[in-house]
Amino acid sequence: MAKDVRLLSEPFNPGDLVGPFTDAHPGLGGVCTFVGEVRSDGDVEALELSHYEPLTLPGMNAVADEAIERFGLMGILIVHRVGEMRPGEPIVLVSACARHRRGAIDAVDFAMDHLKSDSWFWKREKRGGGWTWIEPREEDHSDLARWTV
Amino acid sequence: MAVKLVFLGKLADLAAASEKDVAGPLDWAGLLDALPGPLGEAVKGDKVRVAIDGVVLADKTALAAADGQEIALLPPVSGG
Repeated sequence: MAKDVRLLSEPFNPGDLVGPFTDAHPGLGGVCTFVGEVRSDGDVEALELSHYEPLTLPGMNAVADEAIERFGLMGILIVHRVGEMRPGEPIVLVSACARHRRGAIDAVDFAMDHLKSDSWFWKREKRGGGWTWIEPREEDHSDLARWTV
Repeated sequence: MAVKLVFLGKLADLAAASEKDVAGPLDWAGLLDALPGPLGEAVKGDKVRVAIDGVVLADKTALAAADGQEIALLPPVSGG
């Protein structure tokens, strides 16, 4: 199980996925996991992520392949939610395992930057009953640029 | 048969629909003709990418879609 990439339309429990992922890689030296959740931010009632089937999952797989190659990973797990979520719900999970810690940590950072601003997702938030699309931030693009050598 | 347009993100709001069928074949000028007002303006902008049948075009103005193909109109992304 070197690569496990999933797009989910229902809530998930990160712990239920990271345990088996780690167990599947005996001999690893380090595993690093990031979980992104819907932030409780003032009057935000909900967040909705939409995607485009023909592009989104293939794009996530390409990010996973690149991370495995670039950081010499033993395995990577990428899980991303779509649909409507409430504050406190997980949106994204990235877990990477490697022989040494640096590869695992950097791979998660790399995958998150690419999921935030170089993957086919569109995000909007609901406040006061109305929806607003979230525009990408400048810092998302400069975060991504760190990986271009 | 027709060419199917798929509107993603805020473009779906501007189109007041997530999909629209238009008569093919369709090139860039034909696409803009089919998208009047603010929607067409947005699609013309530098930040909107275009895909045909799941392949993102390097140059969207070189668009050439036949009946039965799907064109996706992709505004700037925000994930995670």
